Amino acid sequence: MTDTTAHATHFEADHGHDAHHDADHKPGFFARWFMSTNHKDIGTLYLIFAIVAGIIGGAISGLMRWELAEPGIQHLQGWATFVNSLTGGTEATFDEGLHMWNVLISAHGLIMVFFMVMPAMIGGFGNWFVPLMIGAPDMAFPRMNNISFWLLPPAFILLLGSSFVPGGTGHGAGVGWTVYAPLSTSGSVGPSVDMAIFALHLAGASSILGAINFITTIFNMRAPGMTLHKMPLFVWSVLVTAFLLLLALPVLAGAITMLLTDRNFGTHFFDAAGGGDPVLYQHLFWFFGHPEVYIMILPGFGMVSQVVATFSRKPVFGYLGMAYAMVAIGVIGFVVWAHHMFTVGMDVNTKMYFTAATMVIAVPTGIKIFSWIATMWGGSLTFETPMLWALGFIFMFTVGGVTGVVLANGGVDTVMHDTYYVVAHFHYVLSLGAVFSLFAGWYYWFGKMWGKQYNEFLGKVHFWLFFIGVNVLFFPMHFLGLDGFQRRVPDYTPAFADWNHLASMGYLIMLAGMVVFFVNTIISLAAGKKAPDNPWGEGATTLEWTLSSPPPFHQFETLPVIDDDKHH
Amino acid sequence: MTTLAQKNGRTALIAAAVVAAMVGLAYASVPLYRIFCQVTGFGGTTQMKVGGEAPGAVGRLISVRFDANVSPALSWEFKPVDTHRRVAIGARNIALYTARNRTDRPLVGTATFNVTPTQAGQYFTKVQCFCFTEQRLEPGQEVRMPVVYYVDPAILDDPNARDISEITLSYTFYPVDQPQSGS
Repeated sequence: MTDTTAHATHFEADHGHDAHHDADHKPGFFARWFMSTNHKDIGTLYLIFAIVAGIIGGAISGLMRWELAEPGIQHLQGWATFVNSLTGGTEATFDEGLHMWNVLISAHGLIMVFFMVMPAMIGGFGNWFVPLMIGAPDMAFPRMNNISFWLLPPAFILLLGSSFVPGGTGHGAGVGWTVYAPLSTSGSVGPSVDMAIFALHLAGASSILGAINFITTIFNMRAPGMTLHKMPLFVWSVLVTAFLLLLALPVLAGAITMLLTDRNFGTHFFDAAGGGDPVLYQHLFWFFGHPEVYIMILPGFGMVSQVVATFSRKPVFGYLGMAYAMVAIGVIGFVVWAHHMFTVGMDVNTKMYFTAATMVIAVPTGIKIFSWIATMWGGSLTFETPMLWALGFIFMFTVGGVTGVVLANGGVDTVMHDTYYVVAHFHYVLSLGAVFSLFAGWYYWFGKMWGKQYNEFLGKVHFWLFFIGVNVLFFPMHFLGLDGFQRRVPDYTPAFADWNHLASMGYLIMLAGMVVFFVNTIISLAAGKKAPDNPWGEGATTLEWTLSSPPPFHQFETLPVIDDDKHH
Repeated sequence: MTTLAQKNGRTALIAAAVVAAMVGLAYASVPLYRIFCQVTGFGGTTQMKVGGEAPGAVGRLISVRFDANVSPALSWEFKPVDTHRRVAIGARNIALYTARNRTDRPLVGTATFNVTPTQAGQYFTKVQCFCFTEQRLEPGQEVRMPVVYYVDPAILDDPNARDISEITLSYTFYPVDQPQSGS
């Protein structure tokens, strides 16, 4: 019933035929990559963009770990002086150095959320594989797809450019990824925060257009016989994510537009002097922000489901439960937002509601974790690189989920709020959870996307270095947070020195893993073995494996038919 | 029979309408939030009953503290006459604040207000208050500003609020018609 398997015979005519067929006619370089309307090419552009943004965002976190490696402030003033010198300024003051810290944390958060994870998950893998998995020739609105992508580079340039114009105490937007008022309104004079807000507007518009495209594609363009309840779980995850984007991003757009008018046009939405309330901004932000964290992780859930089923050589356990667990996570995700702001002065009843509602999310999440384990149970397991990343994801996400349940308690959070315990929690679910699922998808589909298979040995070395590195990096943050180390502060008492030093060493181990990743990518693309149509054998049952590797430029001109009579 | 393009167009249109509705909701949240706070006393929002009658003392006392703040952008001196009073729940009370303009030009200010603990907000009722309107002080002028209020006896029936022994009433004066300090 949950079978998503198709007979290759239905559409054999679509690939492996003579190269002169229209299906493989590609436009010239400029038209192909700059005016692209092909979902696979746009997916590739998104992935390249995400990798570039990931390098920049990751380098910024390296600067942060460098500064935090020992107590005291060593480098910030120098970095601020460097930024000043680029714009013809003078040597930075100590305060400008501290402002530099705020700029770094803000840039790291915004880049990783809006320009690395989201483009890679939704724009990259979503564009590449949603049409392939549902048997569609392309996305519903190919030209809108092009606009979605090309809104991102200007957004990214605006955000990066904001670092070099005045933003209050120093150069750059030092407001955190949350852009809380009044720091972001009366607290940050200068064009920098305006530029950062425009960057968010553009990135938001890009994601909204992408979401409309995915919803339309998935609802209207499934191959005959591919009912909603037969869709691969990755497609389900992108569908739920698209709805979250549709409902959450406009609220962010509204909130940051209010910030913009508060800053420039004398409105008082968040200004107490004019009868506004800065806490309203926090409510609006987190009404977007909490669904946003599910937007970042749900496509990862989908990819991990595909990978675990493939390498267990079993259909995923409890398919419908898995699909509706994601729907449930999406729905509940909209009614838990105030658990991010337990310390703003809420009464006990409100805290109790948000505590209880937050804990309810552990139920569908638990269903997913246990179903992945049940999928592996009794399976014919092999541990190729994608499976290692998927298992790493399950492990990390469970650790992050457990600390999430701790933080969900309004009473406990009063102590933990804005400590490194929170930093450890959300890096376990995002930096390790979301990123591990991205790498799982990357290695799983590497051969399918590029036609060359990655190097298995280097893939495993990458995994183990990264796995050890990020755990050494982030696990000590739990201890630091419990001891009261505040986030968003560049200096600390020598009592915190050892764990911080260890965390910075962990960064270096992770960095070594990333070097292996880039080496593997480059040598595999240049000299990798040709990838077969399906390198993973009987476990890989979704439609993309019935096509050539890489798939033809246009696929499924004759729509595949999904049979009812296949059993598993 | 509709074509795929028509079907796609319709789906996209519905999705775009959802986006527009959510933007509208974000803006609608501004007045809704204010109404929600006023109705429920959420976040320590006090109740207003202009010209209302106090229900009369019910024989229990509660402490009220008075707090005064001024925005750095407004050069006023602003303080309560008494910092602390013990009042009967349900009885009509007057608290006095004094404000003085420390400059040699007229200044207009407006006050925001709030009580803690926050769950006392819905039981702290103001009958008359200087904070309802803008206040103009001539150069060097000093005025007394009254607040007429009562603590609603319903506070004794609320399991979340009946143990409160002290309510703090806080005001902050901000300048009116000052240029915004944003970019």
